[in-house]
Amino acid sequence: MADPMKIRAQLQGDIADIKVLMFHPMETGLRKDPVTGDVIALHFIQRVVAAHNGRTMLDAQWSQAVSKNPFVNFRIRGAKPGDKVTVSWEDNMGEKASIETTLN
Amino acid sequence: MNAVLVAGLALTGAAGQSFASPEQDRAAFVALYREKFPAVPLENYVNGALMFSRDAQAQFDSIMEFPPFLGDIDRGKTLWERRFRNGKSLAGCFSNGGRSVAGNYPYYDSGGDEVVTFEMQINRCLRDNGEAQFKYDDKATMGIVTAYARTLSDGMRVDVRVEGAAALAKYEQGRKLYFARIGQYDFACASCHMDNAGKILRTEILSPAVGQTTHWPVFRGGDNLNTLHMRYRRCLEQMRASAFPAGGEELNNLEYFHSYLSNGLPMRASIYRK
Repeated sequence: MADPMKIRAQLQGDIADIKVLMFHPMETGLRKDPVTGDVIALHFIQRVVAAHNGRTMLDAQWSQAVSKNPFVNFRIRGAKPGDKVTVSWEDNMGEKASIETTLN
Repeated sequence: MNAVLVAGLALTGAAGQSFASPEQDRAAFVALYREKFPAVPLENYVNGALMFSRDAQAQFDSIMEFPPFLGDIDRGKTLWERRFRNGKSLAGCFSNGGRSVAGNYPYYDSGGDEVVTFEMQINRCLRDNGEAQFKYDDKATMGIVTAYARTLSDGMRVDVRVEGAAALAKYEQGRKLYFARIGQYDFACASCHMDNAGKILRTEILSPAVGQTTHWPVFRGGDNLNTLHMRYRRCLEQMRASAFPAGGEELNNLEYFHSYLSNGLPMRASIYRK
């Protein structure tokens, strides 16, 4: 099974630039299967939390309007080498994923 | 002046006689474009239509920092390294596990008197090891495996060889197709990509032939995988011509000619396109 997420972190001075790619279908619930005609169920990331050394820096509530394979880019001030940045998501079907990176 | 030179070569080629060598063809194409776009360095031609727009190039560079199709490339890696029933793998069929090989494709195989593309070599490997071959236009197999395998040759300079009369004959077949006016619109590949490169057709800038084959497969819109042959077919459909089959002789020969024009340019697989 491929990674559910990929993360890249760059430290410039005391600002960490974090880029995260999440692999998720982000179905709107409005599409129909071209073969069966059935509606493809609503399936989207509902919440994204980013933490820096355990402290929540970003807490986002998303909707089905966000596109497939969402890309997030954010910056944290006051970062130093060795710090841990964690990004996790949870979707409307209860699935979760999390990724952690150490700044260098 | 140079347009006349290339058109002259085209006419002689279409008549079935080969007056020009592949190297002369390539030089003529390059000279034609250098005259049209004197400010663009040759290395930039691998970017295609992006070379005409600084903004588009910047957007491309930004997306390529962390492209959305990395998951597909991972799946390609799994398929590339997957063990066959006999224990071997696709990676094992290529020298160096497939590292820095793609620039040598297509090549002419005198044994079978045919042009062999990288994709065809993959199928030969599958066939020789008792595995089912991939369909050339199947994104889920040939598409994603080449999305990974071709990246192993990123940075490699295109080095297509056309040596000997038999190879030249195949090259000439490809060249003939490139310049042939076909379909409802009576267009040839050359109509857009040689004569009108840099101009706008249906809101998109036409890319020049030099550099075009260096960057496949592409991910259109970030998630729609297109191999070179799939793109050839779509172009033919857009020209309102019958599209030749992916992996068939016509497109293999076309790729042989077309790739030669990019000799010396650096390759980069699995990139973003609109």
